[in-house]
Amino acid sequence: MNALHTAAMPDQPRARTAWHTATIVEKLAETPHAVRLTLAAPTWPGSEPGTHLDVRLTAPDGYQASRSYSVASSTPAGNVVLAIDELPDGEVSPFLVQDARPGDQLEIHGPLGSYFTWLPGRSDRPVQLIAGGSGVVPLYAIALAHDAAGDPAHLQLLYSVRTPAEVFFADELAALTGPTFGLDLVYTREAPHDWPDPIGRLTRETLAARTIPASQRPHIYVCGSTGFVETITPWLVDLGHSATDVLTERFGGL
Amino acid sequence: MPRHLDGNALAGVLSEVFTADVTAARARCGNCGNTAPVAEAMVYPDAPGLVARCVRCNHVLAVVVEAGDRLVLSLAGLDTLELRAPRA
Amino acid sequence: MSFTTRGFSGRRRQPETRLPPGQTLVEKWPVLSAGPTPVVDTADWELTIQDETGTDHRWNWDELIALGVEDITVDIHCVTHWSKLGMAWRGVSLDKLFEHVGSRHQYVMAHSHGGYTTNLPLEDLLGGKAWIAIEAEGRPLHPEHGGPARLLVPHLYFWKSAKWIRGLTMMPGNDPGFWERYGYHIHGDPWQEQRYR
Repeated sequence: MNALHTAAMPDQPRARTAWHTATIVEKLAETPHAVRLTLAAPTWPGSEPGTHLDVRLTAPDGYQASRSYSVASSTPAGNVVLAIDELPDGEVSPFLVQDARPGDQLEIHGPLGSYFTWLPGRSDRPVQLIAGGSGVVPLYAIALAHDAAGDPAHLQLLYSVRTPAEVFFADELAALTGPTFGLDLVYTREAPHDWPDPIGRLTRETLAARTIPASQRPHIYVCGSTGFVETITPWLVDLGHSATDVLTERFGGL
Repeated sequence: MPRHLDGNALAGVLSEVFTADVTAARARCGNCGNTAPVAEAMVYPDAPGLVARCVRCNHVLAVVVEAGDRLVLSLAGLDTLELRAPRA
Repeated sequence: MSFTTRGFSGRRRQPETRLPPGQTLVEKWPVLSAGPTPVVDTADWELTIQDETGTDHRWNWDELIALGVEDITVDIHCVTHWSKLGMAWRGVSLDKLFEHVGSRHQYVMAHSHGGYTTNLPLEDLLGGKAWIAIEAEGRPLHPEHGGPARLLVPHLYFWKSAKWIRGLTMMPGNDPGFWERYGYHIHGDPWQEQRYR
């Protein structure tokens, strides 16, 4: 049993939220506008898949800015992977994407949130994940934990993204696909040249056709911009899903 | 541009006050009685503080302000907050 | 625990003599909102000033405009650390409105559509220091910025300039409004950096 599975067992007490010092150990281009940061945070207790953390930056005169980011992975314990999309008018994301470099230290606060989390072994119902853009990050963490735990419940990810270049964790998601994990991509601006499906915004019909039907009573996780979440969620309810089976997380802000 | 996020955004600041994660708790609106997880409330972050509103009636459920070296939390708009009992 | 982040300065704090302490200059006008944007039509618009007798002094949109709209060029300072300099506004001076109101009370609670409130001493609203603003930067005030009409009290932090203004209530004491109840300063002078209580 690996470290993540242990940390995520339902009967274990949740890790206490605290401030941690994290050092950037690796910075990779994730997409043309996003980076993947691997942080070494020796005191980080690991986190349940789906949680987030706050990053706090402090200027020399004491001015501070903090923003929330979903945790993409927290294995092995003491390591945290974040994927950060640069928001053009942002204050924290441009710093992390443009200026931060390996060796820099950041303050992180977490793990945060136990609403938008998934734990292996908690339910044998299937799980439908629905991501808009960088909203895929916490859902990727869930897919990773599902795989690591060898959880038998079926997991399906519907991922709406503008272009192939903007797919987060493209290789990792492809590698996770198999008998218990399915990946569906919807391209909204540009698709690979031989892509069979129409390009454009996720429609209600596509949602109905490409997600687990309500008759199978999936647990549903929707993460994306406020507009994305508030478009998708009523459609799910119309498709017969119970509102209490639909968990949502909106991202945004600068 | 939408101006609100949701109650997940309260997790960090509320963890400075409470030992349990309050965003997973069910909250009953003091105005209309709608009961939903705090994480599903509408949270307006682009303001001098965080303002959480009822998804059904817009009533202000909670306000959190980081006022310099103090943190001010109002839960006046909440009727009840229901958490799973902490594990022994 | 807290340490300086290498290379981080934030988008703020250019030295500039017209900036109060701790403020940074912005070019775009940020939208701050603590709730959904109310939709208020000028056809239904009304401003009320209520005095201690319970008497309501009322102006509809045309009556407000008829009091005289003036051009105003002022700097605005938001408590969230941004300032916007030299903004062109148009509005009606509160001196014109208060000419019609006899009250002994020295404090005012401003009320907005959507439920927002903020408190002000009457002396901060009189003497050419405050307006009911209806235009900014050459255009009717956008609903996001408080249109059709907002309070404009530029010498105080901008949370005092209540968006979607619908009424003023005279008060015997300086009771706190919305943000003032939650830790913000009762007065809010940016030059004295009166951010928090």
